[in-house]
Amino acid sequence: MMSTNMTTETPPAPASALKNLGEVRAMIKRHKLNDYMFSLIGLLALTLALLTLLTLFTDLVMDGYQRFNMEFLTEFPSRRAAHAGLLSAWVGSALVMLVTFLVAVPMGVAAGLYLEEYAPKNWFSDLIEINVTNLAGVPSIVYGLLALGLFVYILDLGQSILTAGLTLGLLILPIVIVSTRESIRAIPIAIREAAYAVGATKWQVVYDHVLKYSYGGILTGVIIGMARALGETAPIITIGALTFIAFLPPTPVTDVAPFINFEWLSSGFTVLPIQMFNWLSRPDHAFHINAAATGAIIIVVTLLMNGTAIYLRYKIRKNIKW
Amino acid sequence: MNTATTMLEQSINLTISPRLAKNIRRNIKERIIEFMLMLAALSAVFTTLSIVGVLLYESLSFFKTVSVVDFFTDTQWTPLFEDAHYGILPLVSGTLTTSAVALAVTIPIGTIAAIYLSEFASHKTREIVKPILELLVGVPTIVFGYFALLFLTPILQKIFPDLPGFNMLSAGIVMGIMIVPYIASVAEDAMRAVPMSMREGSYAMGATRFQTAVRVVTPAAISGIVAAYILGISRAVGETMVVAVAAGQQPIVSFNPMESAATITAFIVQVAMGDLPHGSIGYQSIFAAGLVLLMMTLCFNILGHMLRKKYHERY
Repeated sequence: MMSTNMTTETPPAPASALKNLGEVRAMIKRHKLNDYMFSLIGLLALTLALLTLLTLFTDLVMDGYQRFNMEFLTEFPSRRAAHAGLLSAWVGSALVMLVTFLVAVPMGVAAGLYLEEYAPKNWFSDLIEINVTNLAGVPSIVYGLLALGLFVYILDLGQSILTAGLTLGLLILPIVIVSTRESIRAIPIAIREAAYAVGATKWQVVYDHVLKYSYGGILTGVIIGMARALGETAPIITIGALTFIAFLPPTPVTDVAPFINFEWLSSGFTVLPIQMFNWLSRPDHAFHINAAATGAIIIVVTLLMNGTAIYLRYKIRKNIKW
Repeated sequence: MNTATTMLEQSINLTISPRLAKNIRRNIKERIIEFMLMLAALSAVFTTLSIVGVLLYESLSFFKTVSVVDFFTDTQWTPLFEDAHYGILPLVSGTLTTSAVALAVTIPIGTIAAIYLSEFASHKTREIVKPILELLVGVPTIVFGYFALLFLTPILQKIFPDLPGFNMLSAGIVMGIMIVPYIASVAEDAMRAVPMSMREGSYAMGATRFQTAVRVVTPAAISGIVAAYILGISRAVGETMVVAVAAGQQPIVSFNPMESAATITAFIVQVAMGDLPHGSIGYQSIFAAGLVLLMMTLCFNILGHMLRKKYHERY
């Protein structure tokens, strides 16, 4: 019985086998072509992203090149497009960035240290973690509404540089916290144990070792966060930043004692992206040229910042082998 | 004997040894530092609470004047007109339409890019491409607004001569391209989490790269890929500057991307640009709109993170 069954199911005759082989070969060829086609399409999809960036930048430079001169950086905004400049905007951006840095970096790094090194595993730490994750997904304009309700009116800080800096500081806080945690996590436990073994306290371990070795990674996150803050427009518009500022805030450093004043914190201001938005929303094409030049400047600065951060991270990954 | 003991006790009570004193000081310092670090971490909770608090507080005053039913059913949104109507529907329809256009662009491109990066690209290609994608994420959105209004719209107008200068199509397309790197990187993460043994099993059966990618890796990573889409939707819904610049400001109920319409975010920007007195109904209306926006993005975010967690647990 068995043997007859076997014989009825013998492999096909050599002739049809050859035919099948041809079919199989054709099929393999077809599938290989599919593979090849897909990798082309995939490359195309990726190139599209890169091409957009290039087109975007070329377009801005082509439209705005006439304004690339010193006058553009040293003039106040004006009703005449050809004489309008960015002075108040870039000074405003620089001062807002300073406040943002002073808010986000100490708070973000401290929060990251707490969550990685101190926090016990309980509901309380989970609560903080969930909050950090969720905050990263909150649209930036909602931060603007928070600032408008809380900083501008309840705390009565007004539409000032301080308000803007605090708002952007809160906005980039999750970025700083996450990057701090990631770079702390990369430090092997043996480093901590060695420090404890020679009698260091927890803070000594954290400050002298953990923080110092994760410095580069934290810096990367801070730079990316600051670049994001520099380009943010929506929250600053929402707190009601003025768009036509023809004055500079009081200088932070004075020549009379005590040499530092804080009046600039409560000064009105404008920033680069707001100035760009203002020029962009005017119907007159002459102002669009200014908007393009501003956009090119913003892109160059943010790309440089992000590029530096990415390069730094690459170097750190390459150099540190625990 | 007795006196000796009391004298010893006294000496202990009076002078704490210097080493012990140092320890106590050290412990107090450690405690203070830990407390301060905890306060910094709590700022995240505080921020969330104040966002919800401020939005709810101002919205509650808003809903004292406007009934909730009107808010969700009225098809007109004219809070700054004489004959004021407060129906959120036009803003929601604008938001959904621009987001839908963005997704139509970003899902195919983002998915293909993710599959390519995870399954096809060589190590070297990946090393070069990923930083470039990251750079694209870092470009400020206002610049993309310029691109949509003054670069893409004129091109689209050559194809569709009836297209208005402000339209949801161009804003949506640019927004879609903007989100591609984000979707691609989240989806790629999910695909790379699929264990190598599954791919090897598939190759052993004679499957090609493409077959393995589409029939084995993609289904295995599907929850992570869908999470990427959902987080992408959340981005599109909350995106402000592109739509504020390029999509227009008329709140009308329309799902036609060829028209010009305001989104929730564009409306908030429009009101904030004008000078509305604090406490007026117009001022409160942006908080009500913001609350709706926050709820929408929150739902998408929570759903997205849940799906992401699912694949992290599986592999």
